[in-house]
Amino acid sequence: MFENVSRRQFVTGTAATLMGLGLVGCGGNGGGESAEGGDASGAIKVGIMGPHTGDNSSYGLACLNGAQLYFKQLNADGGVNGKQVEPVVYDEKGDATEAVNAYNRLVQEDGVTGIVGDVTTGPTIAVAKASVADNMPCVTPSATAADVVTYGSNYFRACVTDPEQGRVMANFAVERGYKSVATLYLNGSDYSEGVNAAFCEEAEAAGITITAQESYAEGDVDFNSQLTNIIGTNPDAILVPNYYQDDGMIVTQARAQGYDKVFLGVDGWSGIYGGSENYADAADLHDCYYCCAFSSSNESEIATKFVSDYEAEYGETPTNFCALGYDAAMVLANGLAAAEEAGLEPGSEDYKQAVIDGIADGTVEGVTGSIAYEGSGDPVKSSLIITFAEDGAEETFEVLEA
Amino acid sequence: MSEKRPIISTGGRGPAAGGARRTLPMPARYAINAIVVLVLLVLGELMIDGGAINRYQSTVLEQVGIYIILAVSLNIATGYLGQLPLGHAGFMSMGAYGCSIFIIRVSEFLGVGARDFVTGTPMALLLVISGLVVGGLCAAIAGVIIGIPALRLKGDYLAIITLAFAEIIRVVMLNIDDVLGFELTGGAAGLTGIPGFSSFLLVFGCVAVVCFLIHTMMKSRHGRAILAIRDNEIAAEATGVNTTYYKTLAFVVSAFFAGVAGGLYAGCVGVLQPAVFGFMKSIEILVMVVLGGMGSMLGSAISATVLTILPEALRAFSEYRMIAYAVVLIIVMIFRPQGLLGSYDFSLSRIVERIMNRDFPWKKGDAPADAAEGKEVSADAER
Repeated sequence: MFENVSRRQFVTGTAATLMGLGLVGCGGNGGGESAEGGDASGAIKVGIMGPHTGDNSSYGLACLNGAQLYFKQLNADGGVNGKQVEPVVYDEKGDATEAVNAYNRLVQEDGVTGIVGDVTTGPTIAVAKASVADNMPCVTPSATAADVVTYGSNYFRACVTDPEQGRVMANFAVERGYKSVATLYLNGSDYSEGVNAAFCEEAEAAGITITAQESYAEGDVDFNSQLTNIIGTNPDAILVPNYYQDDGMIVTQARAQGYDKVFLGVDGWSGIYGGSENYADAADLHDCYYCCAFSSSNESEIATKFVSDYEAEYGETPTNFCALGYDAAMVLANGLAAAEEAGLEPGSEDYKQAVIDGIADGTVEGVTGSIAYEGSGDPVKSSLIITFAEDGAEETFEVLEA
Repeated sequence: MSEKRPIISTGGRGPAAGGARRTLPMPARYAINAIVVLVLLVLGELMIDGGAINRYQSTVLEQVGIYIILAVSLNIATGYLGQLPLGHAGFMSMGAYGCSIFIIRVSEFLGVGARDFVTGTPMALLLVISGLVVGGLCAAIAGVIIGIPALRLKGDYLAIITLAFAEIIRVVMLNIDDVLGFELTGGAAGLTGIPGFSSFLLVFGCVAVVCFLIHTMMKSRHGRAILAIRDNEIAAEATGVNTTYYKTLAFVVSAFFAGVAGGLYAGCVGVLQPAVFGFMKSIEILVMVVLGGMGSMLGSAISATVLTILPEALRAFSEYRMIAYAVVLIIVMIFRPQGLLGSYDFSLSRIVERIMNRDFPWKKGDAPADAAEGKEVSADAER
């Protein structure tokens, strides 16, 4: 009978078989894994997701390395309540659709009890919306958009938002006794504009005069006209909430115009000196202060231990994102510990709520400072104020407690 | 496009040998197909409600449905019209943004909450359907704007101009807020606050409607004109087909359905970022059409299904899954350069008719004349 099968029938049959196999494969996957989900072996499963390939993979991999380092150390110390933590890692390629799929798979097929992720803003919002219905405890290391933590009480972040950094610098300015501050920000960047707006609001409320708010456009290299205006108002300090390339040029040009007072910045300044390239002269970087979550110059015990552990594990110096990944994992583990102490059954609704409550009520001493949540998913955490030594090396000026 | 075989024959099989061939009347054909579609939809919904399909699988199924609409709609322009547009993601993003902005604004105005979209109140359902139509219309308008100048060109030139236009759409989405001075698309940070309105029933209901509309259009006078243009543009013009009109029509219809799919995508994912609708998205959709066989609706649907499920099914192999995806493409293109199904299309009523006539493929000798003929026969059913 088979010699009568025409090519067309053969192809149709093959296609149908392949499709059938695909569906069976997909279905089989689901049935097998979801049946055992949870903690058959006594291990607690947690998910780690992020962009591990594609354009944003540098952030995703840094967070992944940090989080995995933490879980490895945690397991070496005996895990949570004697149970090992088993991370399940999924790549979402920086795509919101893939992120939702990865999230659903973690929850439905792998039966995780908490997630570290997602990393970038867009996919994190998609995951946050999907996770509300499950009340799944999630900690994002690095998504700064305000929306992320607003959908439900189950989403937390380890980093501070852009406006929060503006407020930190405003408080720092008050503390240092500056009476008048001018700002120079990048027009059209939500990062720069967000910091600038929050700084001005907070500073004016505290009685500081904002003498000028100048802006420039993406790609500008000459800031002399804005700087002339700013220096003409004679401020005590200038806030430059931008990334390090622009910051370097602004500092150099301002010093050339004879401005020798203070510059304030935010975490975009990280890397202005001593990285792969120096964006400003060490001599010009006197009296510059910026806030950030983590610096390898921080000499606190926990941070130096993290830097040496990280270097031993991966052979490179950790970045801000590595530290945030590590802390996000720590925050989640803290919640898990609370739920385990209560003796609840993993995977149950009560267990997830206990993890969320544990995170919300707990305080962890992370490498990026102590992290506590006071009724929202936004952390109340300490910030580092970094300044520069005479040779341009970064120094931790002070630790601002929340 | 190198093969100029007719995809949809006129259905006339010439004088059938061996006496009267029993045929189904048209209303019966439509009724059979409608019943099958309804049964499948109800079955799927029951399996989801009953927990046989978990939410992970049903979300992947929704994405399968969205990609089926995209592939089938691109198939109009590539398979039926014979052009090579590379800007399908642009139309998809027009639809996605149009639909979600409309739904967000109007639901605010009418006081429909996010909860209503999940429970599916009549008002929310009405809003979703009109949102999808608005999304489709936005994409169709973009289709007219690009179609009229672009369709004067052919082949590579058309590919480049559509590619460029899709990039323009993406860059506009990225920067329009600064120009307007108020928040419309959310720029690079993305459009948030889109209610999650996509569900299995909605997506596959749309798949059925889209396939039905495309099928009937291609069987009509207008569809024949589009096929005639693909087979030989000069001959078509000589016989009185208004080529400019029909080329634009095919292009705009293709864009409209891509817009509908974009709207469903927005409801499925809940956040839109212009970066998603880049060049690679267009290529991804084109790959589905080429892999399935240009001009075959079933082929587009099958390859959209396989190519959406494949990366998910292989998720456990993490980094290797993208290689597997590429290897499948290469193997198919080597062994089936015309695509999985070539230009074959599936017809349920044809099968029913064959059974009625006891005309089975394995009864080679005594079958009526046309069964042994290797000619590809028409698509009577939508899937």
